[in-house]
Amino acid sequence: MSEMLIKNATVYDPINNINGDKMDIAVKDGKIVDSVTGSAQTIDAGGRLVYPGGVDAHTHIAGSKVNVGRIMRPDDSRLNNKPRTKVTRPRTGYTVPNVYSMGYGYAEMGYTTAFEAAVPILKARHTHEELEKIPIIDKGGLTLFGSNWMVMDAIREDDLDRLAAYVAWGLLSSRGWGVKIVNPGGGEAWGFGKNVSGLDDPVPNFEVTPRQIIRQLAEANEKLNLPHSIHLHCNNLGKPGNYETTLATFDVCKDIKSKRDRQSLHVTHVQFNAWGGNHWGDFESKAEPIADYLNKNDFLTIDMGQLVFGSATTMTADGPVQYANARLLKARWSNGDVELEDASGVTPLEYHPQSYIHGIMWAIGLELALLTKDPWQVLMTTDHPNGGPYVNYPMVMTMLMSKKRREKEIAKIAEKTFERTSIAGIDKELDWYDIAIKTRATHAKVLGIVEHGKGHLGVGADADIAIYDIKPDETDATTEYDKVEAAFRYAAYTIKGGEIVVKDGEITATPTGKTFWVKSTAPADGYDRMMEDLKMKFKNYYSVSMANYMVQDEYVEHPYVVETGYQ
Amino acid sequence: MIIKDVLCPFCGCLCDDLAVEVENNKVVDVKHACKIGASKIMGHDRIKAPMMRDDKNGEFREVSYDEAINESAKILANSKRPLLYGWASGLCEMMAKGILLNEEVGGIIDNTASVCHGPSVLGVHEKGIPTGTLGQFANRADLVVFWGCNPVQAHPRHMSRYSVFTKGFFANKGRKSRKVVVFDVRKTDTAEMADEYVQVNPGEDYLVLSALRAIVADKADVVPDSVGGVPKEKLVELGEAMKAAKFGIVYFGMGLTQSRGKYKNIDNAISLITELNAHGKHSIIPMRGHYNVGGFGQVCAWETGYAGAVDMSRGTPYYNPGETCSNDLLMREEIDAAFVIAADAGAHFPAQSIARMGKVPVIQIDPFHNPTTEMANIVIPTKVSGVELEGTAYRMDCVSLRMRKLVDVDFPSDEEVLDKIIAKVREIKGASS
Repeated sequence: MSEMLIKNATVYDPINNINGDKMDIAVKDGKIVDSVTGSAQTIDAGGRLVYPGGVDAHTHIAGSKVNVGRIMRPDDSRLNNKPRTKVTRPRTGYTVPNVYSMGYGYAEMGYTTAFEAAVPILKARHTHEELEKIPIIDKGGLTLFGSNWMVMDAIREDDLDRLAAYVAWGLLSSRGWGVKIVNPGGGEAWGFGKNVSGLDDPVPNFEVTPRQIIRQLAEANEKLNLPHSIHLHCNNLGKPGNYETTLATFDVCKDIKSKRDRQSLHVTHVQFNAWGGNHWGDFESKAEPIADYLNKNDFLTIDMGQLVFGSATTMTADGPVQYANARLLKARWSNGDVELEDASGVTPLEYHPQSYIHGIMWAIGLELALLTKDPWQVLMTTDHPNGGPYVNYPMVMTMLMSKKRREKEIAKIAEKTFERTSIAGIDKELDWYDIAIKTRATHAKVLGIVEHGKGHLGVGADADIAIYDIKPDETDATTEYDKVEAAFRYAAYTIKGGEIVVKDGEITATPTGKTFWVKSTAPADGYDRMMEDLKMKFKNYYSVSMANYMVQDEYVEHPYVVETGYQ
Repeated sequence: MIIKDVLCPFCGCLCDDLAVEVENNKVVDVKHACKIGASKIMGHDRIKAPMMRDDKNGEFREVSYDEAINESAKILANSKRPLLYGWASGLCEMMAKGILLNEEVGGIIDNTASVCHGPSVLGVHEKGIPTGTLGQFANRADLVVFWGCNPVQAHPRHMSRYSVFTKGFFANKGRKSRKVVVFDVRKTDTAEMADEYVQVNPGEDYLVLSALRAIVADKADVVPDSVGGVPKEKLVELGEAMKAAKFGIVYFGMGLTQSRGKYKNIDNAISLITELNAHGKHSIIPMRGHYNVGGFGQVCAWETGYAGAVDMSRGTPYYNPGETCSNDLLMREEIDAAFVIAADAGAHFPAQSIARMGKVPVIQIDPFHNPTTEMANIVIPTKVSGVELEGTAYRMDCVSLRMRKLVDVDFPSDEEVLDKIIAKVREIKGASS
């Protein structure tokens, strides 16, 4: 029976409508409770800022492509090295940290939950091997379905129940949390070096369109009543003018009804999909029409995919875009096709403030967050490590909070950027409450894990708490951005499941977090038809036996299983 | 009892369709495997008990596990520059323990890729690698190239399961759907089965690759009449065939990684494949030897940031091939103790390295007697992974699979032995600090 009392906290807990209240937080056995006994361990927050533990709904922290990044980039592993301590293992890497640094880095910033955003089913075992090794934080994975043969065949044959049954089986097989769709159909086209060009361009040999893939997977997602909505990386990512595809893609799901208290569509790292112009010469921001759409429609959420200047390792299931990137930048290129399922690519690159292309990309992310009125609709991410590594979140948070901080950055950036974006004229500055929404509350809500104790500090929630060494009452975030960034970078305390894991920015304990996954029932007749097709595909086309395919329980040693079902 | 869908603990094909008959806790028959795989699973004379000797020329005496483990821990804890080598024929779970042990002793951990596909990793540092899973190649490839490898001998089921004879969704006529080309210095059994055999002069693969790159870039005019022993006419024909392919796959082996040019060959081959992707779809993949040599690269990368040759003497992982690989260190006579597990340094290292191993204490963890045993001071037998122990292995295409346990034995697992050594090392180091 361990008890803890955090006294004199200035608490921002948007899910519970707590906006800077001075209060105490009581913890018992890893959960938030109403009160504790006098013998509880006490932490005096002294009026400092307290948030629920940070949640990252879209990041690339584990699995095959992260390891490809590490193996390709010994130059990256030479960065940020720290020797082991009495509690920590040695740390390496900046954009592709080793598993230990991955967990410590999040915990240092007061983050306690992160979801890996691209898990191919065939390689899910690998993802889970790494997830299990990442210390401290809780985790989950989003499973790739967007170029999968089982999915496309069911859609072509207009068999929604079979599709739903396969989604349920795929989530079980991969021990996944949600449905990820990357460049729908493009991964299959990339199997022969091609791509799809838009929502209505049929996938070669499969005769289904990206529109159908998105639409039907969204319907299957709701039929299965999954905690998270579909999580979509749009077609045409990385191409000037792609904002039109993005807007059209939003419309595909406009009338999909969510049965839960959440969006019916999450579109990810929209910075990379809000591009105007016809080519790199007239490249410009189209964040405004995207933000307008969000301001008029509440069925969808997005995340920023903010760009951070400096080194990045881009990694995505969008194989063709990575080849294009690598050829354009003469960069190293790794590709990783996954039979019957999807593609992937990894390319290291460097974002330069003096490149107006990169400057515009930098601006778009911030514009999306600042021009969209409802803070719950835009999650703060860098699509780690695509826009830049997650350790830069504190800097991005100050950019959202302070126009002066943005101006300081603007001074470094190529001038052409500001003819083609509106960032310089945006006065909006987010407050402590907005930042709590954008870095934890809405991530948890979008993922569907609020009811499982994440993203808030209500009674019964997991005692995942961040105390930052800053007093909101005495700090003007619009001017004291360096102080704010330093505070967010290294938490005074990070408490994970009621245990102090970070004190004064140092890791003090390394418990193992849990892994969220969803077990869903499926329609019986659809399941039978699905199984028949699946067995045929294993017999003829997969290179592994069906009996050896599914992730075994041994790989998810700390599961948190949410059961749901077909309706 | 027949156990189905068994994985094979022999080569990087990691075939997972074997049927093994077990009677009274003994393997009596292995179906679907190649001869080498079957013989590995059937088993042969193994080391029966831990053994030690002070004089490498002397006779071993049988000792208890505790004595062998404690003595091993003492050697490693007191060594200034221990080498922890091998790992390729073990499971990922024990590799992670090995990396922890290396942290404890501040040594160098390295695996068999050092003398095998290590140069491929260097090529990947330079250029990345466009690749995929074996099923992708089986379903799609209409052009199959084997370069400096001989699967008929070394990966006996590769051609039937993954690369040549198997029918795929698009390559639906199997062998007839594909053109098979072999580049090699000698006419191997694989070359005998190919549509084209291209004989390359020993050590001149790099030149041939460069010529092909020029041809693919429409610069055939710069190519001399003959390159690396191959007539220009033939090279042009091959370059054009590559450009015309819908899906080309290059499987490469030691003939490319360990011949003259080494990692530069791989860099060049990867560059060729990358450039070919402007025409059709092309991939390249190393033919990994041991069934889980790929797993070591994966585990070591996620644990340390590097795929092998990791020096922990500074307290943080340090990697610099040419300086921190097993043979670099042995030849410079830096190594003062060697720990060899799940691989055979004795059979595969150059003489100069072996000479150094002859002078320093050698600890071997292995179920079987091999040339390393001849140099060892301590030998600790363990379970045969994938036969007597379940756990994770990575196929040559980096797909991880769970190996099955077929029979029970009393031997400890590699992981159990490593756990005990780590505990003892901590005890010794704790007492001395």
